[in-house]
Parts: sequence; C-alpha cells; structure tokens
Amino acid sequence: MSAVLHPNDQAHGHDDHSHDHHGAPEGWRRWVFATNHKDIGTLYLLFSFTMLMIGGILALLIRVELYQPGLQLVNPELFNQLTTMHGLIMVFGAIMPAFVGFANWMIPLQIGAADMAFARMNNFSFWLMIPAAVMLAGSFFMPGGAPAAGWTLYAPLTLQMGPSMDAGIFALHILGASSIMGSINIIVTILNMRAPGMTLMKMPMFAWTWLITAYLLIAVMPVLAGAITMTLTDRHFGTSFFNPAGGGDPVMYQHIFWFFGHPEVYIMILPAFGIISQVVPAFSRKRLFGYASMVYATSSIAILSFIVWAHHMFTTGMPVTGQLFFMYATMLIAVPTAVKIFNWIATMWRGSMTFETPMLFAIGFIFVFTMGGFTGLILAMAPIDIQLQDTYYVVAHFHYVLVAGSLFAMFSGAYFWLPKWTGVMYNEGRGKLHFWWSLISFNVTFFPMHFLGLAGMPRRYADYPMQFADFNAIASVGGFLFGFAQVYFFLFVVLPCMRGQGEKAAQKPWEAAEGLEWEVPSPAPFHTFENPPKLDVTATRVIG
Amino acid sequence: MKLRVLLFITVVVSFETWKFVKTMKSISKTLSSLLIKAGIWAGAWAATAAYAVNDLPGGPAVNQLDFHPAASKIAEEQHSLHVFMMILCTVIFVAVFAVMFYSIWKHRKSVGHKPATFHESMTVEIIWTIVPFIIVILMALPATKVLVASKDTTNADLTVKATGYQWKWGYDYIKGEGEGIGFISTLDNAHREMSNAGKPAGDDYLLKVDNALVVPVGKKVRVITTANDVIHAFAVPSLGIKQDAIPGFVRDTWFRADRVGDFHGQCQELCGKEHAYMPIHVKVVSAEDYTKWVDAEKKKMAAKADDPGKVWALEDSLKRGEKVYAANCVACHQAAGKAVGAIKALDGATVVLDADKTKQIMVLLNGQNNQAMPAWKQLSDTEIAAVITFTKNNWSNKTGQVVQPAEVLAARK
Repeated sequence: MSAVLHPNDQAHGHDDHSHDHHGAPEGWRRWVFATNHKDIGTLYLLFSFTMLMIGGILALLIRVELYQPGLQLVNPELFNQLTTMHGLIMVFGAIMPAFVGFANWMIPLQIGAADMAFARMNNFSFWLMIPAAVMLAGSFFMPGGAPAAGWTLYAPLTLQMGPSMDAGIFALHILGASSIMGSINIIVTILNMRAPGMTLMKMPMFAWTWLITAYLLIAVMPVLAGAITMTLTDRHFGTSFFNPAGGGDPVMYQHIFWFFGHPEVYIMILPAFGIISQVVPAFSRKRLFGYASMVYATSSIAILSFIVWAHHMFTTGMPVTGQLFFMYATMLIAVPTAVKIFNWIATMWRGSMTFETPMLFAIGFIFVFTMGGFTGLILAMAPIDIQLQDTYYVVAHFHYVLVAGSLFAMFSGAYFWLPKWTGVMYNEGRGKLHFWWSLISFNVTFFPMHFLGLAGMPRRYADYPMQFADFNAIASVGGFLFGFAQVYFFLFVVLPCMRGQGEKAAQKPWEAAEGLEWEVPSPAPFHTFENPPKLDVTATRVIG
Repeated sequence: MKLRVLLFITVVVSFETWKFVKTMKSISKTLSSLLIKAGIWAGAWAATAAYAVNDLPGGPAVNQLDFHPAASKIAEEQHSLHVFMMILCTVIFVAVFAVMFYSIWKHRKSVGHKPATFHESMTVEIIWTIVPFIIVILMALPATKVLVASKDTTNADLTVKATGYQWKWGYDYIKGEGEGIGFISTLDNAHREMSNAGKPAGDDYLLKVDNALVVPVGKKVRVITTANDVIHAFAVPSLGIKQDAIPGFVRDTWFRADRVGDFHGQCQELCGKEHAYMPIHVKVVSAEDYTKWVDAEKKKMAAKADDPGKVWALEDSLKRGEKVYAANCVACHQAAGKAVGAIKALDGATVVLDADKTKQIMVLLNGQNNQAMPAWKQLSDTEIAAVITFTKNNWSNKTGQVVQPAEVLAARK
C-alpha cells in the first residue's frame, strides 16, 4: 500500500505520518476509489441490501396482486415483469453480492492477510455492478417494460420480448464478469496470502466454503454468459440456437441454463454453510464437530452440483434413463447435506450454549433450511415432481432454502460480525425481535405455498381459481410482515451501529469465538495484518 | 454391531411404512380436515372477503392441502409415493430435531452446563453418512418403479395431439376412435373479463373452456404435445400428467382414467401474458357416450366444413368474422379494437384500412412484432378472410372491402 502515491500525499509532502494515515482518500473519493477490502466489503453489503429492498418491493407488489383472485393492481404483462425482475434482482443483485461483501470483509481478516490480492480489480468488480443494476432495474422504464420471461429466461419466450431483454442480458453479462473477477480475487487471496501457519485444513470454514464457491462461480458464470449470448444472437443476428422456427432447440437452452443454474444454487448456499459453521461453535463454546468431514461434504456438494441440472427439467420429456440418472444423482446430494446438519447438531451437543441473535439465526437456519432440504428431496423424486413441477410447491421450496437458508445465514453473520465492522454492539433486544419477527412471518408467507403447490396452483400466475384464495391471502399478509421486519433491521439495528450509537464493542465480544478476526481491535482498523502475524499451532490466535 | 442394528431398523421401518402407506392415508385425511379448519380460521383472520366458492370435483378443492384425488393408476401411485416420503421425512425431521432441541434445552450455559471437548468421531461420522445413503436408496426404489410405468406410452388405444398456442389449446385426434376430429379449446371469455374486472365468481373460475378434450374411460390415452409459438405445459393433476409442449418438437405422455368425470388442469409453463388463462379440461366419458360424441362431432365437422371456393357477401363475411374475432382476437385487441399497452390498435390502423388486402393477410399468416402478434395460419382460409373483413368494416373502419377465402389461399403460397 505504501507504494501508492495519492494526490494528497503530494499536497502534504512526505512527513513522518504513519502508514495508517498516509492518504487514504476521504469523502466520496474514499468509496469511489476504494481499494481497501473493508471499504469494498461495506459497499457490497450496502449495495446488496439496497437491491434486497428493491427486489422486496417487487415481491410485495406480486403479493398485493395475489391477495385476492381477479386482477386488482397490475395487468398480467406487468405481473410477469414483476416475477422476472424479482428473481433476477434477488439472485444477482442481493444474495450473490452480499456474500461477496462478507468475503471481502472477512476473508483477509480470517486468514491473516493484509488485503485482497488484487485491490484495484476488487474496486472494479464492485463498481461494475452499479451500471448493471441500474440497467436491470431501469428496464421497467424501457418501451414494452422489463423482461417478462421468468428469471430463467427460457427460449423461445425471450425471443418475443422487447428491447429491455437486451438490457437485461447485457446487465447479466456485466454482473457475471464482476462475479468472475471477485472469485479470482478470493481464490488468489486464499491460496497465496494466508499467514504462515494457516494451513488449508486449519482455515476457518467460511474461507473454505468461499474457496469452493469461487471455483463454482468461475466454472459456471461463463456458461450463463454463453446461454444469454446465444439468446441475444437469436434475437438480433439471425441465428437459431434456440429458435425452433430455424431448426433450433428450446430445450437445449434449458440444459445450458441449468448447467449454470444448479451450481448457482450452491453458490448461494455454500457460504451460508460457512457462516453457520462458525457461529454454531462460538455460541456452543465447543469446537466445530467434524471439521474435515465438513470440508469434504462441502466439496462433494460442489462436485455433485454439476451432474444434477436436469432435475429442473423432468417435465420436458427426457428419456426414462435420463430421468432416472438425474433423480438418483440429486437424491445423493441429500447425503453430504445431512452430514452437515448432523455435524452442527453434534457441535451443539453437550456444549454450553447461549442464544444471542447470531445463534438464534443459526438455529433458525438449521431448522427451516432442513425443511427446504426435505421438500427438495421430495421434488427430486421424478414421479412426484410430475405433480409439483412449476407449481407453488417449488416456489415454497426455493424460498425455504434461499430466504430461510442464505438470507438467515447472512443475518446470523451480520449480527456476529457487526461489532467487528462498526465497533459498536448491536442492541440485543432488537436483534431478538428481528429474529422472531422474521422467522414467524417467513413461515406465514411461505408455508401455505406448499399446500397451494400440492393442490396444483401453477407459479407465475397473475390470477388463480378461487379455491386458492385463502392461502394466498395468508401468504400476502405474511409477506408484508416479513418485508417490514427487514426495514426494521436496517433502521433500528444496522444504522445505529454504523452511526456509532450503542455500547462500544470489545475486541472479542463473543466469549468463545475463535479466529484471527477477533485478534484485531473493534472496529477493525483500516489496515490489518500489514506484516504477516505469527500464529499459534491451531492458527486461531496471534502470538507475536 | 451398533451399525448393523441401526441398518436393520431403518430397513424394517422403511418397508413397514411403505406397506402401511394406504392405511396411513386415512390418518392423513383426518389430519387434513383438522388442518383445513385451522386454515379456514386463519383465512378469516387474514380478513379476506369470504368467497362463495365450493370444491370443484376434478379440480381444486377449497383450501386443499394435498394432491387432487387420483383418477388414474399413475396419479394414485404418485400420491402413495408422496405419502411415503412425507412419513419418512417427518420421522427423520422429528428425530433429528428432537436431538437438537433436547440439546438446546439441556446443554445451555444458563443451566450451568459445561462444554465437552470432543470434536470428531470417525465411527459416528461413517454411520451418519451411510444411513442417509441407505435411506435415499430405499426412497429411490419405489420412485423408479412408478417413473418407469409413467413413461411407457406404448399400446395406446387413443392418441391425441395437444398443441399449445398463445393462449389456447388445440386438440387433434390422431389415432383410434374419433380420428380426424380436431378443435381449439379456449377459456370462456366471460371468465377473462371477470378477471380483468377483479370480480371473480364461480367454482370453475378460470377453468371453464368452450370445448373440452373428450376421452373414453378405462382406455389408454396417449397425449402427444407440441406447441406453435413458445413452450407451454399440458397438465392435469388428477390424471397424474404434466408434459411440456415444446415448439418444433414432439413429446408424449399417457393416462388411463379410471372413472368418468371432468378433470381440470392449467398451463404450467410460463408462456407470456395470458399464461394464467389457458386452462385444460379433460372430460372422461363412458365408451358409449364417447362413440356418441364422436358421431356428433363428425356430423358437426361435415356441416361446418366451408367451401373454400365460396364467394362471400359483405354481410355474411362480417357475421362470420365477428365470431372468429370473439374466439381468437378479443383477448388482446379487446372488443373496442383500441391500442392497449404493447397491443396495437385495429381501429383506424393503416394496415387495416389499406386498399391492398394482402398486407393484412400477411400479418395474420405470419405474425408481426416478434410474434407479439402471433401467426394465425392454423385458422382456415374462410376464417381468416372473414375476420379481416370484420376488422376492415367495424368500429370507425368503413372500407367496404370484402376479403375472400381464395385471396387468403393465394397468399399462403
């Protein structure tokens, strides 16, 4: 860092200021020119929360429309735009960048590195997301409105979309490039910049899960880019990859999309597993049970994720052998996932547990995510999937694993590390309120959707038969309660901490938390581990 | 030793469960009715308007909690499989979380529990990797059986082709009794209007069609699916079928209805703005009734067949065109023919008013604007001619032009 010449260095001339103060830009320049992993982490987290709110507003518009049968608020065209954009924004704008934010903040701290390996690329990969997000969200105001082909962008429906489809494709290209750069950064940082003594098998689970996730991202983002580029050339340059009118194959699009899409699902859950694997031991006052098997389980999930994609396509009419293969492979994923759940419970077993908010969210995660896991197993059974494919049961399933899974894990991590990030303890009472409020309203929203799906209500429907009215009404009420809980979280938990209001946090606010992030003061200084720390034998403490 | 005991227990429990699935079903029904009551209470609590709606036999029931009652062997087996999975998953879920909550209850700091120090055990870890693996295999066995049966579309008594259009279904009887019959099945437009007005009513809301797909009971019916524009999905829950209808490709599925009745489904793959408005109605009738229906349908077709060489007068063409418009065009273009969102106006449109009739004929035959206006070449020459005549002489359009079927036929070449 010291080699960088900043404009204000020259203005002040070189004096004997310590490196810590030597010209980190201030004001807006601090953020726009940010190269510090902590600043960029903060930017990622704030950006993803903003996108969570935008995606949330779209979700609530959907829920208002579905509160009663009949069209009240939006027309079916706009409804399809809402569901499509809700999905795209939540996946590419909220969940994925949020985990990158966690990675930026925590990985250098956890492995004893001074910063991310490529600081300027880090800046670039964040700021690329802004034009992409503006283009994506702004597509509502383009002629014909936003893309309305579903977040999966199935051909040939995409060929009928207006110009906003091209904007959406371009935005996804940029977001993909950003993800790939972020992943390269994370891999290089983890493989090259660990402090001496921090061997791979001593690394914190969060760093491990992100290492695996980053490889998944590099493997599959180009596949998505390929699929949407072919869509683009089909739309404008007369190719017929997916257009049956020219001899193309719409099902081929689905194969390519889901070859990206299924690993993508694990990209959104593996870092969550990492967070949970750190929070549970800290509040059980006991080491993580089966660390090695956790690493192997995570790796097997990642590898298996490449051979299960067509379970999203059981109703396309695959040959029976294809269906059997994808059914068996998918069910196999239940094994490493079960191992993880068992390991967490064994970590709690005979521990000495306390239930601060991070632990509550972690337990909530394990409990509710497992329900999503079981519905996943049921959906994996091809004969049952024939009934459930494209119904609300699927909607319920993936919200159980993405909201109660990924999002709850991120809340757990946010509460766990907020004291380190801001130097202020969040308000415990408010945190607990946020947890119970979220847990209950989440289930009120999404549990009834299982029934709707079993009864055959198709997803992406602007209007539905009247027999489905009551459960939809309940889900809508729950949706609003859940949405308000997240606004409360930001305004009454996060914001006070960021403003420095509240009790000052200790260097290690959690009695039994382990890891190098607790070896630096709270809030974490702008620069940490500038010289490689000397670690103890467990690589969890700095000894000089 | 412990491992073998555990394995044995798992195997026994799974097989017993599978055997008693059918008895358990009555229990799940009792449970269902209890849950329904709770659901109704919650629904009322959520302050929804109390809708006057009843169960629709063969379609959804009010606050239904489970699959539709099965009307075919495959659907029946899908249900049994689901019940089996539910029982197994519930047992595992309860067992696993009983352990977790016991631990949460007993091993907390506030009751003075001191943390143990163990953090691995090879034996335990191997057991809890192998046991889920075995459970998964036990789940896969019955699933494989049902799947293989559901994919066997050979030796069908009747073959029907279902073609997905934006946004309606076309049915063609390809092989078997009734061969040659073909018609289009559309949502009752009154329902579409109720939806727009936000005033839904009726037990069959959004499920009522003009022409149901009629099939005989107890006969193996093979359904071939394809589509004209984008992907649709042909699904009837009670019959246990769901098959994507893919443009340019042909896929198939089958069912054998075990009782007469009306069975309802809806399109299950996002296909554009009217996705929610292309229901499926399968009417299962007795063999005699089916023969009667086939005869009647054949007679109707013979009577309806238009002479493509006929020269139409303006008045007749207008009347015919109005009907065609109501069945095919009104969903997008509305009764008033004005522009709505991306939908172009017909009233006062240059292409409609143009003296060169071929321009509008080409739009109907080939579609326009990236198929936002789909191609209508599946309609007969007479129908296309009539509906163009209608648009050219309705609303403020007063061209006096009459389009003849021969002109459409010529444009097709």
